[in-house]
Amino acid sequence: MSKMKEVVTKPIVDDNPIALQILGICSALAVTSSLNVALVMGIAVTVVTAFSNLFIAAIRNHIPNNIRIIVQMTIIASLVIVVDQVLKAFAYELSKQLSVFVGLIITNCIVMGRAEAFAMKNAPGISFMDGIGNGLGYSAVLIFVGTVRELFGSGSLFGIEIFSLVNNGGWYVANGMMLLPPSAFFVIGLMIWALRAWKKGQVEKPDFTLAPNSK
Amino acid sequence: MSANNDTISKTLKVSVALCVVCAVFVSAAAVALKPQQLANKALDRKTNILAAADLNDPNKTVDELFDANVTAKVLDMTTGTWAEGIDPLTYDEQKAAKDPAQAVVLGDKDIAGIKQHARYKVVYMVKSGDEIEKLILPVHGKGLWSTLYGFMALEGDFNTVVGLGFYSHAETPGLGGEVDNPSWKAVWKGKKVYGDDFENAEIGLIKGKVDPAGKNAAHQIDGLAGATLTSNGVTNLVKFWLGENGYAPFLAKLRAGEV
Repeated sequence: MSKMKEVVTKPIVDDNPIALQILGICSALAVTSSLNVALVMGIAVTVVTAFSNLFIAAIRNHIPNNIRIIVQMTIIASLVIVVDQVLKAFAYELSKQLSVFVGLIITNCIVMGRAEAFAMKNAPGISFMDGIGNGLGYSAVLIFVGTVRELFGSGSLFGIEIFSLVNNGGWYVANGMMLLPPSAFFVIGLMIWALRAWKKGQVEKPDFTLAPNSK
Repeated sequence: MSANNDTISKTLKVSVALCVVCAVFVSAAAVALKPQQLANKALDRKTNILAAADLNDPNKTVDELFDANVTAKVLDMTTGTWAEGIDPLTYDEQKAAKDPAQAVVLGDKDIAGIKQHARYKVVYMVKSGDEIEKLILPVHGKGLWSTLYGFMALEGDFNTVVGLGFYSHAETPGLGGEVDNPSWKAVWKGKKVYGDDFENAEIGLIKGKVDPAGKNAAHQIDGLAGATLTSNGVTNLVKFWLGENGYAPFLAKLRAGEV
């Protein structure tokens, strides 16, 4: 049972898919300009990762090795379409904001990475928990980046005004760059720096050292 | 993993079984959720029409408010008169805009960046008796990244703006995306589309804030800071749709009482 707990909690800080494994960066850039969207995206990815892990682990003993990636993709793609349909039916406003990014969960490296690295080798139950854990790790980063970007970019959180904007007669001049995708790079980069300064174990050994200049 | 998974027959069996299961799963979800999705789309459209027409009543649902106040009618853009025989509830304008038989190709008259539009368009009216109190016109045009789709509502003089709102766009959040900002949308209320001669659509966005004492203040809207291309796009689409290739002939007929 403690292993179950470990696979859920470990990916949140110690083995974070974005911060340590550097997976799923692309969608983290696109959907973090407001907290609402980041939260829904986090939930969607968690659901997809958990269920794709569950189904793939359940049939792992029958997947022919030479088509295993295609099998994984088919399962993931089906789940993503279902999630997209559910969002369109029950959270129409948010699905409009997320637009293509829900569909792009298919290409999110976290989902496939966990299917290949974990679900192919483990039992369905624990694979499901691993999916939840990694989804939560992804969500945690999205929420952090989303908080920073929405607060400094639009002066609000969840659409509720925190800093009163100059546009509406307040004092805060919104930092427009925070709303553009590149700013997520800076925020994620700084976050990884901070995380690795705190947890030294996450610092990677350099793959090679530069040789000194020679004549 | 047992080695016999890799035989051709097992590979084929697994892939066929997987495809069938996934296909059933996906189609079941799509079919089961379709009514809810269509209802959401229709509700969203109605919400936006009501918002553009500045109608709201917290005690009523969107459907009640819409059905009680708004009537829809199909307009023939080529003649500027009502079209007969088309049901506004079932007519699919976006599909028609792509069908060569039902579309109007604009060529060099295209200032809104839309290339072609449907010949028949559904317009909405708020009536009191036989008089049109508010007229709600669908408009769309290219901004910076995306095509903006929205509604523009005019008063019964077919000149004074009640409101403009976009229900679908993908402009930069915080910059061009400020087209959704309520305080910016409020600027449109009371502006005049046409000059005294009703000839050209004068209304448009300018750079910076409008000087209320200026000569053309009645036709000017504050530009969106940091979003020149979206601002130009909005100006172009409003000028196009209220111009001679848009609704102007129809509005002229309405003013003259011919339709």
